[in-house]
Amino acid sequence: MSDTVPLPTREHAHRLLERMVRIRRFEEACAELYQATKIRGFLHLYIGEEAVATGVMEALEPRDAIVATYREHGHALLRGTSAESIMAEMYGKQEGCSRGRGGSMHLYDDERRFYGGNAIVGGGIPLAVGLGLAEKLRGPGEDGYPVSACFFGEGAMAEGAFHESMNLAALWDLPVLFACENNRYAMGTALERSQSETDLTLKASAYRMPAWSVDGMDVLAVERAAKAAVDAIRHGGGPHFLELRTYRFRAHSMFDPELYREKDEVERWKERDPIALFRARLEEAGLLGEDDLAAIEKAAAEEVGRAIEFAENGTWEPVEQLVRFVTSEPEVTA
Amino acid sequence: MSEGAATETTRPTETTPATVTLSFREAMRAAMTEAMERDERVFLMGEDVGAYGGCYAVSMGMLDRFGPERVRDTPLSETAFVGAGIGAAMAGMRPIVEVMTVNFSLLALDQILNTAATVLHMSGGQCNVPLVIRMATGAGRQLAAQHSHSLEGWYAHIPGLRILAPATVEDARGMLGPALADPDPVLIFENAALYAMKAEIADPVEVDIAQAAVRRQGRDVSLITYGGSLHKTLSAAETLAEQGIDAEVLDLRVLRPLDDAAINGTVRKTHHAVLVDEGWRSGSLAAEVSARIVEGAFFDLDAPPARVCSEEVPIPYAKHMEEAALPQPDKIVAAVKAVLGADGTEGGDG
Repeated sequence: MSDTVPLPTREHAHRLLERMVRIRRFEEACAELYQATKIRGFLHLYIGEEAVATGVMEALEPRDAIVATYREHGHALLRGTSAESIMAEMYGKQEGCSRGRGGSMHLYDDERRFYGGNAIVGGGIPLAVGLGLAEKLRGPGEDGYPVSACFFGEGAMAEGAFHESMNLAALWDLPVLFACENNRYAMGTALERSQSETDLTLKASAYRMPAWSVDGMDVLAVERAAKAAVDAIRHGGGPHFLELRTYRFRAHSMFDPELYREKDEVERWKERDPIALFRARLEEAGLLGEDDLAAIEKAAAEEVGRAIEFAENGTWEPVEQLVRFVTSEPEVTA
Repeated sequence: MSEGAATETTRPTETTPATVTLSFREAMRAAMTEAMERDERVFLMGEDVGAYGGCYAVSMGMLDRFGPERVRDTPLSETAFVGAGIGAAMAGMRPIVEVMTVNFSLLALDQILNTAATVLHMSGGQCNVPLVIRMATGAGRQLAAQHSHSLEGWYAHIPGLRILAPATVEDARGMLGPALADPDPVLIFENAALYAMKAEIADPVEVDIAQAAVRRQGRDVSLITYGGSLHKTLSAAETLAEQGIDAEVLDLRVLRPLDDAAINGTVRKTHHAVLVDEGWRSGSLAAEVSARIVEGAFFDLDAPPARVCSEEVPIPYAKHMEEAALPQPDKIVAAVKAVLGADGTEGGDG
């Protein structure tokens, strides 16, 4: 899909830009808060990859289910989980979206059908297949199937879980979207150094699944592909696979000295920053004024500010509650 | 008695309960059939559960009855279909996933431990996984090392799982219903040596999935076991009875969470404990039970607890070697005598 996707309405364009900027500013704050030791554990930033989550999530409805990886702050944020509860989770506060039990890698929001935050590479893929299986067993509604959308990195495609899941989803014709966020490195191991076939769509095609490769730095291209795939899946077209070609601007995690890639390479990719590219295109087309951009930045900054304040004011769960949520608690009826 | 009940034309009353004679595998099949008839969210999936009828013929005939959507043959993809069971459960279904044997469950261990057992906690109580996973376990059929593991003790190590080990036809018939009603993942370990065992049981049968059960009352020593070892242990208890030793046999039934009250209760009664476990001795479930007895009933003991476990060797093929590797009635008898002799108050016969 090398052709240029036509620009959407001004309103929709602003929405896409705003959503990418929100992720970027939120995560920049996370990085600072990590240095300030407010956030601990592993912190994996999505900076550079925002067009992927933004474009794909645009194709999804509230009834659809989402399974993401440990690099999922942006996905949760766009799903509607509040920035406050996400930040509180990263602080480890009990007001967090997973009550402080999960942290950065395990954001959950059952109400919004957001099923993690899965930190075993490839481990979330079978889960997404099962969410799709449930819909298949219940049958399509009047508006088709709820779709199970699964995000994973290209590194996961070397795992058995990926191949088993692709086979199962295709064999059973399940309503699952496989969204591969190909950022070219499995931690520090380049795709060429870890997989014999680097054309990832061929792997999906081998399971008789429609598979498209998309410029993951172009939010409009991602959105168009995701909408086409989701529409087909929803109406009985079976599982689809998207390879979203992107790049991680920051280190794998906060512990990564980035010995495995050249600074030049990072700089070259930064020239294709999805936010800068989209902004430039909108400005060129006269769809984005300085005031518009300032308003988007202001809203994003305010959201981050509210999130930090909320997390700072959050409370520590009493340690007496340590062994809660190991098994389900009896429902208390009023 | 069963014939009389069968020819009764009046409805059974509470004073004359109906009974039914079933094999262990028929009991499991009856339980699954009943669950699927009662609740359309329940479905069965696994390798060869449909067209083949189940590797151990447990689901024979169920494909014809329920169709291929609800009795779902899977490819040889333990990670994917166990994970799919987790996902379907989270989406509101009530899957029964059959993993052919515990040996193959290792291919799905990531899904069982890192997802099924942890997602409720990682999500701060939001996402429970009402999933039942059934699998055959155990040795004794000359299948050699890769098909003879008894790893239920490993699974019993994991918080977030309930581990069941039905050892009677009654439990095979009755445990599945409450397991499916449990909001959290339940693993059912079916010792393959038990599938052909028949018994007459109450119909309907109601059992819990929380407590251990005393299968034989006794005064002198507590034999604590579960699963396939129960019957070897009961056999040993009969041998001991002939020699004047009155053994109590406690069937753990539920390997996690363990019924501490029942374990300590029987030890307080007999003051001696012998644990029988088909798992390897080091790090075994028997080790855990032994530790709990020492912690909870130490001053009631007249002798140190003893264990009869599998030898620390991959299970060999040759029949005599396999038998030597596993707990056997004569080993249990010997262990009991050693324990009773060890306290100096009750001599053994040798």
